[in-house]
Amino acid sequence: MSTLEAIASHLERGEHDEVRALTETALAESLDAVTILDQGLIAGMQIVGEQFRKHEIFLPDVLMAAKAMNAGLEVLEPHLSAAEIASHGKVVIGTVKGDLHDIGKNLVGIMLAGAGFEVIDLGKDVPPEKFVDTAAESGADVIGMSALLTTTMPGMRAVVDLVKERGLDGSVRTVIGGAPVTPEYAAEIGADGYSFDAANAVECVKRLVEES
Amino acid sequence: MNWRGDIHIEHVMPPEANILRALGVPPGHAVNNRTREAVAAGLEELRTIAEPRGVFAGVAESEFASIYEGEGDNAVPSPLAEIFPRADELALFAVTLGTPVSERIAELFTSSEYALGGALDAAASEAAEMTASHVVQTVLGKVRHAGRATDETRALGYSPGYCGWNLTGQRALFAALDPGAIGITLSDSCLMEPVKSVSGVVVIGPARIHDFNDDYDFCAECATRDCRDRIRRITELDV
Repeated sequence: MSTLEAIASHLERGEHDEVRALTETALAESLDAVTILDQGLIAGMQIVGEQFRKHEIFLPDVLMAAKAMNAGLEVLEPHLSAAEIASHGKVVIGTVKGDLHDIGKNLVGIMLAGAGFEVIDLGKDVPPEKFVDTAAESGADVIGMSALLTTTMPGMRAVVDLVKERGLDGSVRTVIGGAPVTPEYAAEIGADGYSFDAANAVECVKRLVEES
Repeated sequence: MNWRGDIHIEHVMPPEANILRALGVPPGHAVNNRTREAVAAGLEELRTIAEPRGVFAGVAESEFASIYEGEGDNAVPSPLAEIFPRADELALFAVTLGTPVSERIAELFTSSEYALGGALDAAASEAAEMTASHVVQTVLGKVRHAGRATDETRALGYSPGYCGWNLTGQRALFAALDPGAIGITLSDSCLMEPVKSVSGVVVIGPARIHDFNDDYDFCAECATRDCRDRIRRITELDV
């Protein structure tokens, strides 16, 4: 088994210490950092994501794999340029204004990072302007919004409207999710995508980035 | 009929199976040791830092009718609108696990301890529901102790945001109950802080008053349908 295959394999099992050590080994073997990222860490997380989507593994396994991914990334980051890290796409995520539920949003961020996206996590209770300003300033491809309360869902519409108002709707796509959110609501407010869980959010963002 | 106080954490510690279910693991599915260890660690964190407490206050049917009406946003028809007028007694309640739990969950996610953070979050959500159930049963105990219950008297809680009771109903509920006394505040968007809190009304009466079909318009959007289990549990107690 090559070092890259070993990284992916240990990552799948959530063995963060082994992933960290193998990533250092791969660098010592003069493997390119982008190759280690793509063919080791992201390859491992892609398998994890696929297994999760098929219900072959469950959330705790994904979370442990994500920690292993982070362990490898910490080793790689000094060797990667910002452009290389962002090569798969850049996503701004947050929980909309008034909403403090962030576990679902955190999971989406973890899964997106595992799929190779650069994630800018604005946290919770995020005003519409902050979503849009950050996306514009960072050159993000997608804004992902989460809400767990029916009372805060209008915050999603405010972001979608502001993206259009600023003339960014050609370059910044919007995706929404959260327990009370439906595909019909996404269509009603003019969001570009809707996702029903973290794994689906990755698929949705991939599709939006490919389309843009 | 009023009460406010702390609840011993051991009364509301959720079983491992509930946490695994909350984490999306199907019942009976074999889990690896690392998952089991994360859940055990999450439970231990919960035991150490949770501060479960609750408050309830009896409320007259006419007063609750006004509270339930709230800002006029409820689904019409809704089951609770038909259930509460048939109740023997009603009580408003709120419970919380306290701020440290939410802070610790955030801290764990920030430090990439995702599995432990996820386990603690799931454990805390389950514990918050169990704290609510504990208080609901405490209300029933008070009614029994006062000699106002019969053999068929049961108690069941309902919360704003579920079963057609709009989340904006929290405002009227909070105005009448003052959950601030146990550290719960309500945001402009009707979000309770700390997040691991539950509020609602305890409906006391025979189990049969809760029986309703889950075919309201809003039932189609409900992912849990746990009303079936809740009703069955109190009905089975009648057997």
